[in-house]
Amino acid sequence: MSERLIGILTDSFTKILIPGVKVTIPLTIISFSISLVIAVIMAMVQYANVPVLKQFARFYIWIVRGTPLLVQLFVIFFGLPSLGILLNPFPAAIIVFSLNTGAYDAENIRAAIEAVPKGQIEAGYSVGLSYMQIMFHIVLPQALRTAFPPLSNSLISLVKDTSLAANITVVEMFMATQRIVARTYEPLWLYIEVALIYLIFCTVLTKVQSVCEKRLRALD
Amino acid sequence: MLKVTGITKSFGDTSVLKGVDIEVHKGDVIAILGSSGSGKTTLLRCMNFLEKADGGELVFDNESFTLSHMRHKDIIRLRKKTGFVFQNYNLFRNKTALENVTIGLTVARKEDKKKAEEIGLKMLKKVGLEDRAHFYPNELSGGQQQRVAIARALATNPEVIFFDEPTSALDPELIGEVLEVMKELAKEGMTMVVVTHELNFAKNVANTIVFMEDGKILQKASSKEFFTDQKNDRIKEFLRMINNND
Ligand SMILES: Nc1ncnc2c1ncn2[C@@H]1O[C@H](COP(=O)(O)OP(=O)(O)OP(=O)(O)O)[C@@H](O)[C@H]1O
Ligand SMILES: [Mg+2]
Repeated sequence: MSERLIGILTDSFTKILIPGVKVTIPLTIISFSISLVIAVIMAMVQYANVPVLKQFARFYIWIVRGTPLLVQLFVIFFGLPSLGILLNPFPAAIIVFSLNTGAYDAENIRAAIEAVPKGQIEAGYSVGLSYMQIMFHIVLPQALRTAFPPLSNSLISLVKDTSLAANITVVEMFMATQRIVARTYEPLWLYIEVALIYLIFCTVLTKVQSVCEKRLRALD
Repeated sequence: MLKVTGITKSFGDTSVLKGVDIEVHKGDVIAILGSSGSGKTTLLRCMNFLEKADGGELVFDNESFTLSHMRHKDIIRLRKKTGFVFQNYNLFRNKTALENVTIGLTVARKEDKKKAEEIGLKMLKKVGLEDRAHFYPNELSGGQQQRVAIARALATNPEVIFFDEPTSALDPELIGEVLEVMKELAKEGMTMVVVTHELNFAKNVANTIVFMEDGKILQKASSKEFFTDQKNDRIKEFLRMINNND
């Protein structure tokens, strides 16, 4: 490896990492948090069989899971302006990633809710709890624990998927790398470098996940 | 205190309760006996609205209700006057023993947390599990879980506690500790309706025996009459069978 290349790579490392910390990570955390709220609501209206809302949830999940994430990004960012709705790249990305991850996680959480034994709910009624109280104090905590592995996986996928936001001009890690490549003409090493940074992020998350899972398993 | 008349319940085409009357007075310990499938569990569940009866009337503390048309609000209100102990304990898996006991106070009745914990610890002490307050259900034996479940039912100071075969899921060596707790409760005057196969408990603790057969009450008698002066051949046969199994 030439000295020039080593210089480029060390120099670019912080230049990629900074948008990683400033954009990729917030984008992931904010989208994931919103997606969890969406997912819990969508799972609950289906579980509780709330008319209309249940059909709405099915419809939303059907659309989101049946269309490519990249296309969803384009519809929201490049398409909506035709209706007079102009969004900045970052909020547009948050909307799409939240809705997308929310649809997948809704299914994970719904399955986990359905796996909570009926006896838990009946015991809740027997001590005088209402349906909502049973949901929030008994069923959801247990379901989220069951859903923890699939939810962690979807968080890890989301970290990687945020790179697609480069297509709608969000300057996250991948976009930052593309810009350096355009200046330095070192695509191979720079793209490997950004790949490694994604790998580090995901590896850390995987480690955290397995520690948490061990703790949770101790409670089962 | 509590009286139901003419409870009926079907699951699809099978009629499970065919018009059952039962009356519970304060301080009663009623044992419900009967062979498997006779409708004992269903009766108990209908009385606590875990199952919706098709017909029948219920009078609770001089208030009358039609079982098939209960208002949601009344169901919640009436349930708060009762406790239920399940065959397989059904402790909340995400809560410690103490939290299991106090949740009916803190969440359902919005009572002060400190006070609830005091009551919770007192109840756990009563069932001999004060030292297990911070254990999760999976860290407790079946007998201990069932005792926590009894403490949970007691915590809200119910007027009556329903027990559905509280010892049937337990290993034989753990049955005694649970029955002991129930016996203690009976002595203190707790009103209890207990579905059980434990004839000794029925004989020594219950004051009234209700024998169910095929969705109906075949006999209701004082416990003494039932066990020492039984005239019904079908029940005699039932008692003989259970005794032989022991
Ligand atoms: N949810 C249900 N759906 C359909 N059938 C049911 C349901 N629950 C109970 N049954 C039927 O109702 C009848 C009475 O059941 P129940 O559980 O009340 O009997 P039991 O007297 O408690 O019996 P056991 O001593 O075995 O507990 C049985 O034939 C059972 O198969
Ligand atoms: Mg039963």
